[in-house]
Amino acid sequence: MKRLAFVLLASLPLLAGPEDTFLIRGATVHPVASAEIADASVLVRDGKIVGVGRNLAAPKGIRVIEGKGLHVYPGMIDSGTQMGLSEIGSTRESVDTGELGKYDPQLRAEIAINPASEHIPVTRANGISSVISLPMAIGGDGGGRRGGAPPSVIAGQAALVHLDGWTWEEMDIKKSAGVAMRIPTILSLGGRLGADLPSGPDGGRGGFTEAKKNYENELRELREFFEQARRYQKAKAANQPGFHPDLKMEAMLPVLEGQEPLLIQAARERAIRDAVQLADQQKVRVILADPKELGKMGPELKARNIPAILGPTLALPLRDDDPYDAAYTLPDQFFKAGVKFAFGSFDNEFSRNLPYQAATAVAFGLPHDEALKAVTLNAAQIWGVSDRMGSIEEGKWADLMITDGDPLEARTQVKQLFIKGKNVDLDNKQRRLYEKYLARP
Amino acid sequence: MKRLLAGCVLAASALAAPPILIQNATVLTVTKGTLTGSILIRDGKIAEVGEKITAPADAKIVDATGQFVMPGIIDCHSHIAADSINEGSVSVSAMVGIEDVLNPDDIAIYRAVAGGVTTANILHGSANSIGGKCTVVKLRWGKDAHEMIFEGARPGIKFALGENPKRAGNPSGQRIGAANVNARYPATRMGVEDVIREAFTEAKAYQQSWKDYNDKVARGEPAPAPRRDLKLEPLVEVLEGKRFVHAHCYRADEILMLLRVADEFGFKIRTLQHVLEGYKVAKEIAAHGAGASTFSDWWSYKLEAFDAIPYNAALMTRKGVLVSLNSDSDELIRHLNDEAAKTMKYGELSETEALSLITINPAKQLAIDNRVGSIEVGKDADLAIFDRHPLSNFAKVEKVYIDGELYFDRANDLAERPGHENEKKKLLDKEKEQQRRTAPGPARRPAA
Repeated sequence: MKRLAFVLLASLPLLAGPEDTFLIRGATVHPVASAEIADASVLVRDGKIVGVGRNLAAPKGIRVIEGKGLHVYPGMIDSGTQMGLSEIGSTRESVDTGELGKYDPQLRAEIAINPASEHIPVTRANGISSVISLPMAIGGDGGGRRGGAPPSVIAGQAALVHLDGWTWEEMDIKKSAGVAMRIPTILSLGGRLGADLPSGPDGGRGGFTEAKKNYENELRELREFFEQARRYQKAKAANQPGFHPDLKMEAMLPVLEGQEPLLIQAARERAIRDAVQLADQQKVRVILADPKELGKMGPELKARNIPAILGPTLALPLRDDDPYDAAYTLPDQFFKAGVKFAFGSFDNEFSRNLPYQAATAVAFGLPHDEALKAVTLNAAQIWGVSDRMGSIEEGKWADLMITDGDPLEARTQVKQLFIKGKNVDLDNKQRRLYEKYLARP
Repeated sequence: MKRLLAGCVLAASALAAPPILIQNATVLTVTKGTLTGSILIRDGKIAEVGEKITAPADAKIVDATGQFVMPGIIDCHSHIAADSINEGSVSVSAMVGIEDVLNPDDIAIYRAVAGGVTTANILHGSANSIGGKCTVVKLRWGKDAHEMIFEGARPGIKFALGENPKRAGNPSGQRIGAANVNARYPATRMGVEDVIREAFTEAKAYQQSWKDYNDKVARGEPAPAPRRDLKLEPLVEVLEGKRFVHAHCYRADEILMLLRVADEFGFKIRTLQHVLEGYKVAKEIAAHGAGASTFSDWWSYKLEAFDAIPYNAALMTRKGVLVSLNSDSDELIRHLNDEAAKTMKYGELSETEALSLITINPAKQLAIDNRVGSIEVGKDADLAIFDRHPLSNFAKVEKVYIDGELYFDRANDLAERPGHENEKKKLLDKEKEQQRRTAPGPARRPAA
């Protein structure tokens, strides 16, 4: 009997067409790129969206998913995680986020992503279908997550991946979505609870004078690194005898040529100004990572089309005398300044809470539509993949979630998630433990 | 006599604060259902709750149309306002107390109030097996340290199990006895149990020495009084049920260990804190009668948090454990309502059950539910007014009352910001001016 059931199940896809071909019918569809459509359908063929709207006829024999009372949204994108690179923050053996060395643009996060990480199904269960996975201790808590390495300046290449695949190769969307780095600073946010610390290789023990010297040294080194890369670029183009390939320099070429952005971690206004200056001096594309304030930099960012990946909205203000809601209102400040932004959790543990980061921004002024874009379409645009993902539009991948309500609300349940049209398993370690111990006699 | 009279006048004037009538609100009482109506506050207490309340002539009217009132949020595990929390040199530091290091100027207090929190249990850190005496406070921002203390709340003591106390024993994580390891017993979970059992063995003997002494005195026999031991006194209070144990723990094995040690020495664990694997031994926790105060969804930040599940609060609730959600964080304390909402997703608790996790349940765990934790006549007027349902992630706090006094008002906060900016600028200018005047030459720098 069991065997018969198995045969029936196995033959089911044959009857209903391939797994990544189906019609979701009668749902409220939120394309994000345009206004929501009530009682609408989404037609998916071979993993791609081929129709969106009302009165879509169901092609004969197609698998139909009834969406009455449910909502369809694009899968969410977390624009900053260390997914697959770090399993248990405090356990060095499970952390591969930061390599030794100060200038490592040649390092590729993607090849170190563990596709069997328990974080992946846990995160996916809340409707997050793809993430940026970053090298370095960005927004993290130092030591553990960095694997104990001192902070590098250029940490390596961030990868954009789907949260589904047997291997990292199958997860791949963009092997190098950007080169992750931090702008040198005098004060770092490395302290517990975000306290200020003078930065420097000595962990700030030398005080402000040492930190300032270190800051100036690092900025000079950084300029020299770029100059070296430009000389390499010229030498390579000249193709003269005696030219030797250099992997660090090779990795900088797409940045110099404007094909890849620099993802620059800059928390304070002063650091953001330095990052903008770097963009101007080196004529490179820049994406800001985890800025904690905007200050007067709005017009500067807007004029240069520099977008930002905003870190957790649920965060403490930088200074004791900042307004209590400083972090809550930051996304709205970016929106009002006309600076494009997406949200990143800069975390693995709380990546699944990405939509609530967006929701708090709404409570404190950000329009709801903009919050939704910041976890979907804006991210796709910033990472240069909006031709393939980020909204429910014809021609894009069917990265879709079906929910029973607004995904920005914690009480909403994600019912189904599709990645490239494939219905992915929402089960995970936590759900299994729950069921196991709920049943404990 | 004059002095007494002056005291009376003072008390009378404090009582003379006009009543406050909050009208047209959705009132989430937590224990008595939800209604649309009014709350009358008189003398710092909830005087009336109902659909229609006639406004007393002298009442201050607060219109809360479209808004939601819930009981002030209670955080059963916080370190705000604590100047220091770990006396890390010994693993039993029962002699130290939070009450001695309360800092009423900590800005985290105001920020927590702005998140709807009105009461918090302020605990020691988790470096020590037995950390120190903790204190329940009301977040009366602007009052001094003494006035923050929750009058009559039973004092507590912090215990800690697992990685934290054993890491303090072996901070480098290297082999015990390796070079540069400043070892301190305990360095394993075995040692943590032993430290607690040794401490209570001592405490029992100490308790007995006082009992013998008192018996002798009662019989009129001459006897020297035992020497007071400030480390053991709080543990004797635990044995006598006068002090609550709040125990930091993660793994199921260590939770069970502590319950059995408590059984052995004849005391109760009042709350298990964090208790991330509490769901695995919910039956045993419920049988012991311990409460559980956990995180909504923290996990994987360390090995002992790898089996943590966001269903923990719901599962323990279903198995009959009294559960609360805590923050343990200056940041998270500001949105415990969001954390409560997650239990509706993970484990499908009802709205009332979810709200209970941050109101009446922690009140019961701290035995202050006769005063706070729900909107009921006679309880303290500790209230948080939200612009939407507090279990919505789009909600924000508008007003917070503690003892009927307004401690947070978003409109006031916004209105005061330009003034604060000006004041700050003036102070900075003054400082610069001072520096110019005192500096003899441009080369002068402050001493390093």
